[in-house]
Amino acid sequence: MAVGKKDISCPPYVKGREIELEDLKEKKVTYVEDHPDIRYSFTAGQAISKFLKGLKEGKILGVKCNKCGRVMVPPREFCELCFKPINEWVELKDTGVVETFSISYIDPDARPLEEPEIVAVIAIDGASPHMGILHKLGEVDPEKVYIGMRVKAVWKPEEEREGAITDIKYWKPIEG
Amino acid sequence: MMVEKVKGIKYHKKQDVAIVGAGMTIFRRRLNETGKELSYYAVKQALEEAGLDISDIDMVVMGSAPDAFDGVHMKGEYLLDGAGASNKPYVRVFVGGGTGVFAPIAGYWHVASGLADVCLVVCEEKMSSSHPHPQSAFKYIWDPILDRPLKPNLIWIFALEMRRYMHVHNIKHEDIALVSVKNKANALDHPAAQLAAKITVEDVLNSEPMALPVRRLDVSPPSDGAAAIVMVAPHIARQLTDEPVWVTGVGWSLDTTWWTNRDLYFPRYVAEAAKMAYKMAHITDPRKEIDVAEPYDPFDYKELHHMEGLGLAKKGEAPILTREGVTARDGDLPVCPSGGLLGVGNPIAASLGVKVAEIYWQLAYRAGKRQVAKEVTTGVAQAWGDLMQVGTVVVLSNKR
Ligand SMILES: [Zn+2]
Repeated sequence: MAVGKKDISCPPYVKGREIELEDLKEKKVTYVEDHPDIRYSFTAGQAISKFLKGLKEGKILGVKCNKCGRVMVPPREFCELCFKPINEWVELKDTGVVETFSISYIDPDARPLEEPEIVAVIAIDGASPHMGILHKLGEVDPEKVYIGMRVKAVWKPEEEREGAITDIKYWKPIEG
Repeated sequence: MMVEKVKGIKYHKKQDVAIVGAGMTIFRRRLNETGKELSYYAVKQALEEAGLDISDIDMVVMGSAPDAFDGVHMKGEYLLDGAGASNKPYVRVFVGGGTGVFAPIAGYWHVASGLADVCLVVCEEKMSSSHPHPQSAFKYIWDPILDRPLKPNLIWIFALEMRRYMHVHNIKHEDIALVSVKNKANALDHPAAQLAAKITVEDVLNSEPMALPVRRLDVSPPSDGAAAIVMVAPHIARQLTDEPVWVTGVGWSLDTTWWTNRDLYFPRYVAEAAKMAYKMAHITDPRKEIDVAEPYDPFDYKELHHMEGLGLAKKGEAPILTREGVTARDGDLPVCPSGGLLGVGNPIAASLGVKVAEIYWQLAYRAGKRQVAKEVTTGVAQAWGDLMQVGTVVVLSNKR
């Protein structure tokens, strides 16, 4: 096989014409604009509906698989590993541990936020190890957050809860 | 067990598969060309290198990531003529960021099964159509009920994974930043490169915070671009070249979208995909048997994370290899000699051009200034995607 050192530089050439954002703004290139307005109503499904109802009541619900024994949150209708239906629901604590966290300076469109926010994966007490949910931290200096920090849910007042993940405002450190 | 069967993945194939040509466009934040035009450029170049005409192509595989970027919700069909697939068996495959390495895996099925002797694999991405930023399109990968009300940004998952990886192995940001420094410098030798630069670790650590620990220079840029490769059966390869590069292993694996339920410090799905590909390629000690690697590097820490998933480093060892220069172009295990996504650009699926195509060029000794210093026989390309859940792996060799 004729492999070994040789002087061929691939790709031999590259095509494409770069344009700048300014070229669009100043209409130097031809383009067409569209603003799709597509609306969706996502059903929450069997298991998550029950989970959201729990949040409205100030409770975090999980499920237990009777085959592998995992206590899972968010809850689900079937265990994806055993592929068996779930028939045991468990009420978990509204406390947990910071698995990992980030201090975010950007919104969903990558625009700068006025105030950075702390997002985290929180492993929920009462669930299997590393079983966490995505949420936010509050009442804490970003500098003071660490992995392994114990936290507790700060709920919206009962009358403001609507059966949504945002019924928990954020999670705050547990004193001491 | 309902039926009698031999457990495990079967590696039966009808014929071996070689790569005989590759091509790519420039990668840039915004290109004037349409996705079809970009695909056409990449295909023409791949055919030219292979010495084939479009009429020689039996079947075509297209890889392209979310429709939301282009705003065309039948992107595969839309791109068909640019891919040279008019009136041919044609399929589009998609596993998020893993697509650039998954499309060649699908190309491999076409040829290895004996259905096709010549299969063209094309990948395209036009991220710039989406405004104000391609990240707006990424909003729609999140769970609509539990995640989207929290107004997440795509960078979050990377930041959360990076922090967990750093925590478990006690890795400093300085060590991770070295990957960005290396890849952006490697890209100075790539004609398609978007963000080739000589930068320092301090530049990375002082760049604008996005979602800490992730800063601007830890991240690859969004890009437009296309790439293509030609995959053929042995009797075709023989007629075209003395130096085909063989696909000796393919592997892919996906974990659940319940990504907050796993310890993010290690990409198990990449390890599973690698296990499959290595078994097929008869590789038992990847660190010794792999000469050059192109793991997916949309973020600097991801190169390290994926090296560990690929078994090219022990868990937590990849930053040490990087610091010691092992992964430099003249090192013992060159990693991302192309300049990777961090340096050349990240047009999601079209990263085929710096992953599988780069390993092909390296093993054919056609990488020019980017050619690694050591002698090479075997290389691995890998991609990752979706909600920390997809691993796609291709092993190539210039020996059959
Ligand atoms: Zn189970």
